[in-house]
Amino acid sequence: MQSPPLIAFAHVGKSFDGGCVRAVNDVSLEIVEGEFLAIVGGSGSGKTTLLRLANRLIEADSGHITIEGADVREADPIRLRRRIGYVFQSGGLFPHMSVADNIGITPKLLGTAAPDISARVDELLELVRLDRAQHRDRMPHELSGGQRQRVGVARALAAKPRIVLMDEPFGALDPLTRDALGDDFRALHNKLGLTTVMITHDMTEAILLADRIAVMRAGKLLAQGTPAELSASGDAYVGELLRTPRRQAERLNVLLPRGGAA
Amino acid sequence: MSLFSDPRWHEVLTHLPDYLGNHVRVSVTALALGLLVSLPLAIASRNRPLLRGALLGLASIVQTVPGLALLALFYPLLLALAALTLSWFGFGFSAFGFLPAVLALALYSMLPVLRNTITGLRGIDPAILEAAQGVGMTPRQSLFTVELPLALPVMMAGIRTAAVWVIGTATLSTPIGQTSLGNYIFAGLQTQNWVFVLFGCAAAALLALAVDQLLALIETGVSGRSRARIALGGIGIAALVAATLAPAMTRSPSNYIVGAKTFAEQYVLSALMAQRLRAAGLTASTREGLGSNVIYDALVTGDIDVYVDYSGTLWANQFHHSDIKPREELLAELKTILAQRKVTLLGELGFANAYALVMPRTRAEALGIHSISDLAGHAHDMSIAADYEFFSRPEWAGIQKAYGLAFRAQRQMQPDFMYAAVASGEVDIIAGYTSDGLIAKYDLVVLDDDRHAIPPYDAIVLLSPKRADDQALRAALTPLLGKIDIASMREANLRAAGNDANSSPAAVARWLWEKVGK
Repeated sequence: MQSPPLIAFAHVGKSFDGGCVRAVNDVSLEIVEGEFLAIVGGSGSGKTTLLRLANRLIEADSGHITIEGADVREADPIRLRRRIGYVFQSGGLFPHMSVADNIGITPKLLGTAAPDISARVDELLELVRLDRAQHRDRMPHELSGGQRQRVGVARALAAKPRIVLMDEPFGALDPLTRDALGDDFRALHNKLGLTTVMITHDMTEAILLADRIAVMRAGKLLAQGTPAELSASGDAYVGELLRTPRRQAERLNVLLPRGGAA
Repeated sequence: MSLFSDPRWHEVLTHLPDYLGNHVRVSVTALALGLLVSLPLAIASRNRPLLRGALLGLASIVQTVPGLALLALFYPLLLALAALTLSWFGFGFSAFGFLPAVLALALYSMLPVLRNTITGLRGIDPAILEAAQGVGMTPRQSLFTVELPLALPVMMAGIRTAAVWVIGTATLSTPIGQTSLGNYIFAGLQTQNWVFVLFGCAAAALLALAVDQLLALIETGVSGRSRARIALGGIGIAALVAATLAPAMTRSPSNYIVGAKTFAEQYVLSALMAQRLRAAGLTASTREGLGSNVIYDALVTGDIDVYVDYSGTLWANQFHHSDIKPREELLAELKTILAQRKVTLLGELGFANAYALVMPRTRAEALGIHSISDLAGHAHDMSIAADYEFFSRPEWAGIQKAYGLAFRAQRQMQPDFMYAAVASGEVDIIAGYTSDGLIAKYDLVVLDDDRHAIPPYDAIVLLSPKRADDQALRAALTPLLGKIDIASMREANLRAAGNDANSSPAAVARWLWEKVGK
């Protein structure tokens, strides 16, 4: 890789319950600027823990994590989080705040002037393809799951971060919405030149959206690389994960007549 | 309508600004203090299980203490504290009335506020808390912009509960000298004035409902983001406080405060003394319904200026003497003891209100019982009733010892009800009061204390240390000394126990003055 990594994990470890549970075990992983990385694994694989370590929602026990070349332990965690976008599972919107207030929260915390926040909110609503007039003053409970997640993405982007971390962002959505939202986000990633790390348990989603995929199991990083590189991996678990999308693709080819619905 | 032409309604309404105003003041102050202490404690303890457990446990224990006892406990506590600050720092404070009431009620309000605030804060979805952290909030920003707003509905429910409790319990602050709507209830119960009792209860209930609804308005305003509702509720509470403060500002402070204990005779005598003071051109007000543990201390510290006590009560209860002396000797010795404490024994009113064992005349005659000695043989299958304090007073131990009395059962009753109870055969004997008019009314007989086990209880007028040399006060009250004989006092008490227009303490006091003063 020619450019230096924007995010780097080096021999990172994290245990819970006084060392009984090793959630993350000696993981080293680098993400370069502009890259879209998906971390794939089952529940309990340690993928979410790894993501939270990056913006210090959790502190690592061992190893080093650097962002933009600086060790995160040296950084003020509050300021660190304000410059990293974070998209939570099923939105994580504040239920007592309107859509506009949710989106504008990080700029507000950073002390941005109210008119500037308002303009930024409008810009972001457009970016995530939500109708401004219709959604700006709605409360989160009045939105559909897909709309909520669009607001979650808008909120993560509000302070113009270079890095976006996403924790199973599209997991709870129906397939159509999920597909549309995934494509939209990938387009935003390219357009804004983001560096994205996305957690998912769905290998198909990872293959379709990400440049590179890291596979985790029981706290360990099993393999990483482009989908093609993963196919060449000899690991049995990685092979098993790849078999499902492949089989689905083959069956879809058989079941759906080509060139039918374009 | 005859119901509303009753002059008692007029009397009820003349007291309302004073009673209601004081009630609101003490309740609002206590609630504000309770919130000021509970909210930070609840917030600080939400993530500290040990502190949280200790706080909730302590608040629950406080809640199990009956309101009346909690209020009464604060009086001696503060009295001791005031003495301490006086000797250490050279200043004291009044442990009477407002302060102990506010502290006890504030303590009482803490449980619902603590519990609901903690429950509300801990009930927030952890995903929301993580999101607050994730978007870059400091713990403080998370608390104020996310956690407290989300917990608010549960917190407000607790605050409303606390408000209703405090307003209800504040009626019990009358015996420790805080004027409240409880004055209606205590006075009404003692003088069998049901108009007063009902009015006091209804007024306290309405006040509680009104405050509860205003808080509800603020609550829905906050959750519905409606500024108008919040403002309306806030203005309502502010107006309530302002309205009750206004009369307190304009009212001239009265020069003399006449104290009264919690029974009808005391209400009549305090009204009589206040009338005499006013007739002499002085300003006077009464502070009624004071507990007998509170009233003497209130006189010594100058919170009240004058009241009537009974020689035997002071001798046995206040100064803890167990020996019984002849009347004159006891009075003389009491005078010396009081003088050492700078309290002036102005003189005797002329009657004694002693404890006495009382039973129906017909039954006494049938059994051939004339004295307590005669009773001793029958006591083992008889029951006795007395007021709330008699059985723990030293006189009772003295009577039991002198006569070897052992009853089948002992019951405690509201004093006004025990005469009817003994007349109807509900109990066999009661420890009544010799000056009570109900003895004649129910055709009861007072048993002779042939072994002189019951001390004399002459009614005596006491002046506070700061009024010791007050000639105007002495001149106004001296005409009462030696004038009130037992027959007149009995009749006055009987009148005060009536349930009609002429039975208010003030009316009975005027009648008594007409009878004895001329």
